[in-house]
Amino acid sequence: MQNSKTQQLDKYYLKSKRFFLGMQGTDGLLFKVLVYGLLVGIGFVYLFPVIYMGIFSFKSLDDLLNPMINWIPTQFYLDNYTKANHVLNFFSTLMETLYVTVLPAIAQTAVAAVIGYGLARFEFRGKKVLFVLVLATFIIPPQVTMIPRYIFFNELNILGSLKAFMLPAAFGQGLNSAIFILIFYQFFRMVPKALEEAAQIDGAGHFRIFFTIALPMAVPAIIISFLFSFVWYWNETYLAAIYFGDALTTLPLQLQKFVATYEKMFPAEMGLEGNQLNEGIKMAGTILSILPLLIVYFITQRWFVEGVDRSGITGE
Amino acid sequence: MKGLKTKNSLVGLLFVSPWIIGFAIFTAFPLLYSLFLSFQKVKITTSGIQTEFIRFENFQYAFVVDAIYTERLTKYLEEMIISVPIIIVFSLIIALLLNQRIKFRGMFRTIFFLPVIIASGPVMKELIDQGITTIPTIEKYAIYQALTESPDGFLNGILLYLIKNLIMILWFSGVQILIFIAALQKMDKQIYEAAKIDGASNWESFWKVTLPSLFPMIIVNTIYTIVMYSMFSLNPIIEHIQTNMFKVDTGFGYASALSWIYFLIIALALALSVGAMTLKGKKNYN
Repeated sequence: MQNSKTQQLDKYYLKSKRFFLGMQGTDGLLFKVLVYGLLVGIGFVYLFPVIYMGIFSFKSLDDLLNPMINWIPTQFYLDNYTKANHVLNFFSTLMETLYVTVLPAIAQTAVAAVIGYGLARFEFRGKKVLFVLVLATFIIPPQVTMIPRYIFFNELNILGSLKAFMLPAAFGQGLNSAIFILIFYQFFRMVPKALEEAAQIDGAGHFRIFFTIALPMAVPAIIISFLFSFVWYWNETYLAAIYFGDALTTLPLQLQKFVATYEKMFPAEMGLEGNQLNEGIKMAGTILSILPLLIVYFITQRWFVEGVDRSGITGE
Repeated sequence: MKGLKTKNSLVGLLFVSPWIIGFAIFTAFPLLYSLFLSFQKVKITTSGIQTEFIRFENFQYAFVVDAIYTERLTKYLEEMIISVPIIIVFSLIIALLLNQRIKFRGMFRTIFFLPVIIASGPVMKELIDQGITTIPTIEKYAIYQALTESPDGFLNGILLYLIKNLIMILWFSGVQILIFIAALQKMDKQIYEAAKIDGASNWESFWKVTLPSLFPMIIVNTIYTIVMYSMFSLNPIIEHIQTNMFKVDTGFGYASALSWIYFLIIALALALSVGAMTLKGKKNYN
């Protein structure tokens, strides 16, 4: 009798142990709670600045000054956004930003596809050296080549025009071009050659094969390269400020000048309390400047996440 | 047959020719030209650019006279030495967590990659100005107060930087997390089973199986992190290069010298960290 009772207890003990700690140490309840707890906690801290921005952009001046109001504004206040929209000149700046980011991104993707195909599918002398050079361009800081390029563009008279971004991009020397070439190189190396060889036997030339067979297969790589390229050009402010001067502007550049523009638009001496620049307006401006990127990201996030897989740096 | 081979290699060269031309015009030549400029005093006149050879004066000026540059360089190096390991370890931890069989994995991945999309220089600057690049309500903790009261000293300065910019540092790790996840998912499950049969605990198999096979990815991520960290547009050094570029008394020549010094330091940092890691890796795992 006693014996069977301890056996019973043992059984419960083992059962609960299995429930909490799991069979292998990675499937028990405690472990799961720990993993989710960590992910949610770190995720919150990670996103904290974004959440903060979102909340503050909806706060009126009263809410900002009231120490009791932390997380939930008392009213759905949109004035900050109308002001920020005004200061950034949102829609025309957005159009200009798209103009200076989409076109270089397309050029960079197209050229990276051609070069990646050449490196993946053909053998020629000096290919290894070339490949090493492509990768080496990744670690050269843009500042080293910036001054000679500036002088060069000045002589060509293309400073302040989109060509200052387009020309390097169209020759595979744009922002992080090495990464895009690597993506296409890995992609073309992974797809089987059979189809191309069949076309070759049928008498198709190399360029026809590239355009009609290889490129249509490479749609995932094209999308990934375009998206990364787009985001990186969008966020580039250092080179944009130097090459474009005042001729072209982007949303991040407008955000950089936000305070100055605001003070010009709403001079302080007008004496109206509500016209002072406050952090609510600034946060609304910041949100507006990243809003287009956020929309693009949430629609296409699958491609961004897969992009790293496709680049093949994890080795095949 | 040989004719076909040469033809093929010619076509291959044709495909990569845009890069070769672009590399010559937009990278190789500018590299050499800025090296040339760094030994010159550059004056811009109406008839064009005039240069005057001044030997190592620009470099001398950078290290002896220009206190801002050397100060920013040392600060950059200090901050990088502590930021890079934090970024690598953090992204490894997140990748390991996300590699478990959990729900909402896609959502978490989306969250942790988000900063790569939005963290441009001006946005980060706004966030730093607002003081929200750190853990919420950290200023209430005793350690923070103790540090702010005595901000001098090497260690205190670094710790304070770390606490104040923790989120910003962590925001650099989006791509690295994905690289680690991709590597973890490609790993052979059978190795773990074999290790388990041999009696290895999860803890042991992490150190003896997971980490060694992630080793190449750790190197890749270190390179990526150092490069991205150095080229971020809020970096005070590249700001300094820009201001000197358009200053009358320093100009293009001095700015070129500064950029070359910076380039060499980045290259050295990369070589040292990768070299040290491969040496250590060889000793440990072979």
